[in-house]
Amino acid sequence: MSDGWASAISDFFIAYPLLLALVKSVLLAVALLIYVAYVILADRKIWAAVQLRRGPNVVGPWGLLQSFADFLKFALKEPVIPDVANKGVFLFAPFIMATLSIAAWAVIPVADGWAVGDINVGILYIFALSSLGVYGVIMGGWASNSKYPFLSALRSAAQMVSYEVSIGFVIITVLLCAGSLNLTDIVNAQDTPYGMAGWYWLRLFPMFVIFFVSALAETNRPPFDLVEAESELVAGFMIEYSATPYVLFMLAEYVAIVTMCALLTILFFGGWLPPIKIAPFTYVPGVIWFTLKVSFFFFFFAMVKAFVPRYRYDQLMRLGWKVFLPISLAMVVIVAAVLQFWPAGPAGS
Amino acid sequence: MQAVFFYLFATIMIASAGVVIFARNPVHSVLFLILAFCNGAGLFLLAGAEFLAMILIVVYVGAVAVLFLFVVMMLDVDFAELKQGFAKYLPVGVGVGVVVLAELGFVALGWSSAPSAADAAANPIIPQMSNTAALGQILYTKYVIFFQASALVLLTAMIGAIVLTLHHKPNIKRQKIAEQNARTRENVIEIKKVPFRTGV
Repeated sequence: MSDGWASAISDFFIAYPLLLALVKSVLLAVALLIYVAYVILADRKIWAAVQLRRGPNVVGPWGLLQSFADFLKFALKEPVIPDVANKGVFLFAPFIMATLSIAAWAVIPVADGWAVGDINVGILYIFALSSLGVYGVIMGGWASNSKYPFLSALRSAAQMVSYEVSIGFVIITVLLCAGSLNLTDIVNAQDTPYGMAGWYWLRLFPMFVIFFVSALAETNRPPFDLVEAESELVAGFMIEYSATPYVLFMLAEYVAIVTMCALLTILFFGGWLPPIKIAPFTYVPGVIWFTLKVSFFFFFFAMVKAFVPRYRYDQLMRLGWKVFLPISLAMVVIVAAVLQFWPAGPAGS
Repeated sequence: MQAVFFYLFATIMIASAGVVIFARNPVHSVLFLILAFCNGAGLFLLAGAEFLAMILIVVYVGAVAVLFLFVVMMLDVDFAELKQGFAKYLPVGVGVGVVVLAELGFVALGWSSAPSAADAAANPIIPQMSNTAALGQILYTKYVIFFQASALVLLTAMIGAIVLTLHHKPNIKRQKIAEQNARTRENVIEIKKVPFRTGV
């Protein structure tokens, strides 16, 4: 009986592929948003724990429903639009930012074959979307028609564009090793008998570190949160935003952070692969390994926020252009040379 | 399905290209230019050129248009002054437009594909190769000289931009990172024993 139902359902979806894509997208988006709600809570809890506070602990058991309460609060408030703001662009900016950050998840494989769109140029697609993310910030800052948001938008745009360059080169070294732009292929290229030691984080360790730091800068996380340096720019480009538009910005920011954690997982930490290739570990489904790894990286994002002081702007620019860019450029040349002249070596797959 | 998306992308692209010209606010113009780029990428995708589509977004939308937007936002444009000479310059503008349109028309009418092109497109040499790999293969073998030459042009432009904008003003305090890292406790701190009731 149940077999009949299953085959009927699979036949139905094979007949309507667009409907299948829609169902998959909705499932992924809902799972992602719930995950993000708890990531926000985890961020606050970890930050609080480092500072010997309790963090949110009132709404629900251990404060587990805090994010949902916050969401309701924001959604029910009145959005205030400044009189002199450019209204269309002002409202479009948070919308575009949230859409772009969630759209990146369309190509991310959360387990073997579990990607909504398993496209050939997956990594380029994510790179393109993350480079579009800067528009939300610029448009929001400009349309607010106020000094602080504008200054902060300029800062942020310069910062995001700078660190994108080194992220691009880091991605190129991984692509050279994996020999494909498809995210599933990149994970499969790390599937060696050595388990965890075969993943790219060990072979490309300097690139792994550079990618992690650049990801912090790209998502405007502390210590690179000059965008909303509250001591000098009040609250960055979001000053004039309130209620739902603000929530969209906040959501976009955290989804972008989770996307960066997922990218770290896929490029350097073997995606859904188990860390040790022996019995109890291989029984665990891939999606659980993937989620665990993403959460592991998010923990580091949160810890960095808790105990690293903020960079000064010129230090930030120096780090991006004078330290990361030369190192990653040199690594592209080195990795390519090693692959060319020693294909069976440790860099080859 | 493909045709529906083709006409959707093409219509939005042409419409937004029109708005780029007619928008009063230059920032809106740039935003619509970005929309036109995105739709161009969509057209590339429909043609099966996924690598070109993504590169168009990364390079033009992600980098070039950001700089455009930067410049336009920083400019203090006086709209009234902008519109003043409209009637005076209209004949020249229309003239240039007509010439460009005529030239494009000649090109479009005289267009002919090489006789082997359609055949080559139908039967790729290595059918299972993705178009990213195929592009790389031809770019780094047959056209490697042109590729390097275009890289040299970009390098020249980059050096030119740096030379034009880099001014070393004499009286600016700069942080010398190497010097700071070289500081040790010995050459920075001096510990002195202060005798009681006499001072240093």
